[in-house]
Amino acid sequence: MPNPPRNQKFLHIENVYKQYGERVVLDNIDLSVAKGELCTVVGPSGCGKSTLLRLVLGQERATSGEVLIDGVTVGFPDVTRGIVYQKYSLFPHLSALDNVLLGRSFEQGLFSLGRARRQHRDEAMHLLERARIAEHCDKLPHELSGGMQQRVAIAQALITRPRIVLMDEPFGALDAGVREDMQLLLLELWEEYGMTVFFVTHDLEEAIYLGTRIIVLSQYYTDDRGDAGPRRGAKIVYDKSLPRRAHATAVKASGEFIDLVRELRQAGFDPAYLRHVREFNLSHPDSFQTLTPDEYRRGQ
Amino acid sequence: MSFRVPSLFGLHAAPSPWLRRALAALPFVLIVAVYLIASNARLAENPNDKLLPSLAQMVETVQQYAFTEDKRTGEYIMLSDTLSSLRRLAIGVGLAATVGLLLGMNMGLFPGMSATLLTIVTFISIIPPLAILPILFVTFGVDELAKVMLIFLGLTPLITRDIHNSVKKMPAEQITKALTLGASQLQIVYRVMLPQIFPRLIDAIRLALGAAWLFLIAAEAIASDSGLGYRIFLVRRYLAMDVIIPYVLWITLLGFSIDWLLKQWVAWRYSWYHR
Repeated sequence: MPNPPRNQKFLHIENVYKQYGERVVLDNIDLSVAKGELCTVVGPSGCGKSTLLRLVLGQERATSGEVLIDGVTVGFPDVTRGIVYQKYSLFPHLSALDNVLLGRSFEQGLFSLGRARRQHRDEAMHLLERARIAEHCDKLPHELSGGMQQRVAIAQALITRPRIVLMDEPFGALDAGVREDMQLLLLELWEEYGMTVFFVTHDLEEAIYLGTRIIVLSQYYTDDRGDAGPRRGAKIVYDKSLPRRAHATAVKASGEFIDLVRELRQAGFDPAYLRHVREFNLSHPDSFQTLTPDEYRRGQ
Repeated sequence: MSFRVPSLFGLHAAPSPWLRRALAALPFVLIVAVYLIASNARLAENPNDKLLPSLAQMVETVQQYAFTEDKRTGEYIMLSDTLSSLRRLAIGVGLAATVGLLLGMNMGLFPGMSATLLTIVTFISIIPPLAILPILFVTFGVDELAKVMLIFLGLTPLITRDIHNSVKKMPAEQITKALTLGASQLQIVYRVMLPQIFPRLIDAIRLALGAAWLFLIAAEAIASDSGLGYRIFLVRRYLAMDVIIPYVLWITLLGFSIDWLLKQWVAWRYSWYHR
């Protein structure tokens, strides 16, 4: 049966499976993300959201299916995709400034003109200023707090102007207050640089607060293959565009926000609440779903 | 009511800094005391006894070896022995460190390299270097080369394996991260890995130095015309304990100082290491 035509966006993932031995982690993932989107991916632990990110990054390969960026299959990690991890983003032997400069110094080789070098330094300093960490530019990572390190890590990822910035629970290890500061910073930079961001988190509130689009990845669903088992992995069970709100974190206390959190918690995090694949809330305009005959037996 | 913290005995003991120093010195004092008593007793029985020379005898010998020009050669014997030993040690350890670093780093990063080399390096590291000493003397002659080669062959597999393991333990995220910043494979090796693995190399050298001294003394004992090991085994024929004991202490002091200097270097130059 020919698949229905679909609009291929900037990042396009289709029929993607990932399994480790017998265990299926990602089960027929379809996802298309437009340029400029701040797409957050949330889900219960072990649902494979970081695995999905690593597939886009090229750190791992899908067992089957396609992962495309701008219509080209992604290869090993390269300069087109930036990454911010929860830790290990910074190189411990380099100062904050040198960490940010890396992206420029790799491309220029050993012998570069002093002028280019000064230009790059200015660029890196500017990014550090935008990340509000410039006064610590000479410190080594271990001399910085967790939040400061992530500020540097974001600046470091942005200097190469990647086409998509991947973030794997970047604020997961930070205290609540610092975490909110960082969320504001990310929104600011996202607006200023018009970045496309693929943001993985286990924190529902963070995902709703940051995203222009939220995707819930979950293993809690049902389809025509019967009950869940090791041969069945997580799917995108929820895909919705979010209104771009003002940055104020006060919005997290609004009734609308709290209702959405409740709805998503049920959709993705409740092992007892199983929706059928045909009944997922995939209301985002770029959303699409290719089901196999096994998953959905038409006319039965 | 407060409780008393014992100063010496038990799990909860918290010796004061002065007590700690005194305790650390205690074994040394005991050994020296036992030696002096035994030496005195033997010398009282036979003033010509050579086995346990008195302190005065040893001081006199050191005076002659370390601070008096040799009548025949015009050199200070202990100084020239030390210099030729340290030279062999430095060349051997330096070569082993360079080769071990390059091999270990490339094996740790490139699966093709480790698939090819890991088994043979592990195999070679198990050969007792002293067992092939005769082969080295036959192959490289009895001059400097054979001694340096013994240290080199003994240490390279150790250092290679150590570096290989440390590179393997580096988080894979770092390499991915560097790739996303546009690093080439060569830049990953020499700009990302090398500076981070360097303090680890110094640690590996510190551990390997004990073995290096062993190989050096053994090689010098068998065929040489200078060096600390050579001297010890030369005067052994005359049962000259008054030379051997100061030489052994001197070697120990040298080894201890080198180890301390390397440790300080890491602490000073690589403050991010050990975090």
